[in-house]
Amino acid sequence: MNNLIKGEKHDWEMVIGLEIHAQVKSNSKLFSSSSTKFGSSPNSQVSLVDAAMPGMLPVINKYCVEQAIKTGVGLNAKINNYSVFDRKNYFYADLPQGYQISQYKYPIVGEGKVTIDFKDGTSKDIRIVRLHLEQDAGKSLHDQNPSKTYVDLNRSGVALMEIVSEPDIRTPDEAGMYISKIRSILMYLDTCDGNMQEGSLRADVNISVRKPGDEYGTRCEIKNLNSIKFIKQAINYEAKRQIEILESGGTIEQNTMLFNTSTGKTRPMRNKEEAHDYRYFPDPDLLPLEISKEEIGKIKSSIPELPDELKNKFIETYELSNYDASVLTAEKQTSDYFNETINSDPELKNHAKIVVNWITSELFSLLNKNNQDLNNSPVSPENLGQLIKLISTNEISGKIAKDVLEDMFSSGKTARQIVDEKGLQQVTDQGEIAKVIDEVIAENTKMVEQYLAGKDKLLGFFVGQAMKLTKGKANPKMLNDILKQKLNKKN
Amino acid sequence: MKIDKNTINKIARLSRIKLDDKESEDYIKDLNSILDWVEQLNEVNTENVEPLSNISSSILPKREDVSKDTNSSEEILENAPDKLEGFFAVPKVVE
Repeated sequence: MNNLIKGEKHDWEMVIGLEIHAQVKSNSKLFSSSSTKFGSSPNSQVSLVDAAMPGMLPVINKYCVEQAIKTGVGLNAKINNYSVFDRKNYFYADLPQGYQISQYKYPIVGEGKVTIDFKDGTSKDIRIVRLHLEQDAGKSLHDQNPSKTYVDLNRSGVALMEIVSEPDIRTPDEAGMYISKIRSILMYLDTCDGNMQEGSLRADVNISVRKPGDEYGTRCEIKNLNSIKFIKQAINYEAKRQIEILESGGTIEQNTMLFNTSTGKTRPMRNKEEAHDYRYFPDPDLLPLEISKEEIGKIKSSIPELPDELKNKFIETYELSNYDASVLTAEKQTSDYFNETINSDPELKNHAKIVVNWITSELFSLLNKNNQDLNNSPVSPENLGQLIKLISTNEISGKIAKDVLEDMFSSGKTARQIVDEKGLQQVTDQGEIAKVIDEVIAENTKMVEQYLAGKDKLLGFFVGQAMKLTKGKANPKMLNDILKQKLNKKN
Repeated sequence: MKIDKNTINKIARLSRIKLDDKESEDYIKDLNSILDWVEQLNEVNTENVEPLSNISSSILPKREDVSKDTNSSEEILENAPDKLEGFFAVPKVVE
């Protein structure tokens, strides 16, 4: 696979690393009992700890720690028995403490890796450097008033897991696949709701370019991207920008960039405090976090089946391709739906590939069109299974099945009901099909002559006519065979 | 380690504190004498001694994940110099 981008002078390679911020799915904040509910009225979920009133002390949320460990296990990472909370100091209006409680030298989770799967069947490991726990900041609204910034502290103190990757990513697509994979793992583990629109999952992207084989170039960091589409756009724009500078003889200045989602461009942050000096030091309000082997073992044994294990199981049990299996397991609701569908009838196990196709192309496109989710699909797994059984037993054709599915989707009826009511059973009676073909041949004598004179393309026309007469119900293979037979006899 | 004028200016800027020349001089003197005093510790041989992170034998206390409705906005905003419809209002932060 060629991952290089063409420059004016030579090819360039992107070097990309991601810092993903995933909000821990918990009821209360990391160090206070305020609710984490999204979308409440401003400053209604702020305790005196979150507002950093003097004398308030943080008390850690046990559940958040467990969720971080669980996630670490899901990322095939080392869980550290000993970790420390540090203060990261900076001034900003939405950070009442004047520091963020984070983890610096001793994170709770160490090195790990995740695997991404490509369409061509190959895959690649992306190494994880670490995962640490930290507090989220409040939210600033800059565009409501020309001279004021409005601050809402509801998010202040909510637990985040920061997941840092090695710079192993080489293309915008790989970056997209990596964050999708992380999202999928988090959602299987149920440690983060994965909602990118609400900001529960967002990423900072570090990117540099180099001539293939060279040392890493100087990198820039693009802050706070909250959709896969924007991540890819931002990377593409930023790489092009850096290549243009380098090719015209310039150098890259290490910078923090913002991405403008409406123009698709990156620009340096204006108030970059002179070379961030966060003055990390251990938070004197918090003792080191020590986790026993027993606790880790207990959490490990509670881990559900993860996408990669499930993928391998699907490949083995149903002989699916690596790619099909990875599409199926990317989201838990999809693998659940597949499982229920294929288990709804013993016969379906021999048609796994067809089941995959009907879920991932036909049903997904209907859901998309109607802005609906698989979770509340009007077509239940059992009903889809019934429809696929009708196809696999040749009772209806694949083409008609598509119409039936649409009908099922809007009416809520079962496949059987619709097929019976509308009389859609496939015509598989040789005699009946032959009769229709005779009709077509008789009505189109001129065309038949042309066909026999060598205009092969007309075969499709005859098939079409015959299908029309049977209202699409003739078994396509039988129709084709008998048609060819009859035409060739004329020769 | 010695604190000079540049260092003291940097610390003041990071702390958002404004110092005049007289104050800077005073702080340089104070901080240097504090550092000198602490540096006596360097005389102790700490080879093969594990760093001590916790002098009590207590462990980090943890709480259960139970949220308490605070419905705090009025109380929280009470000291704010400026507010609007439940938000803190601060001078515009450009970005």
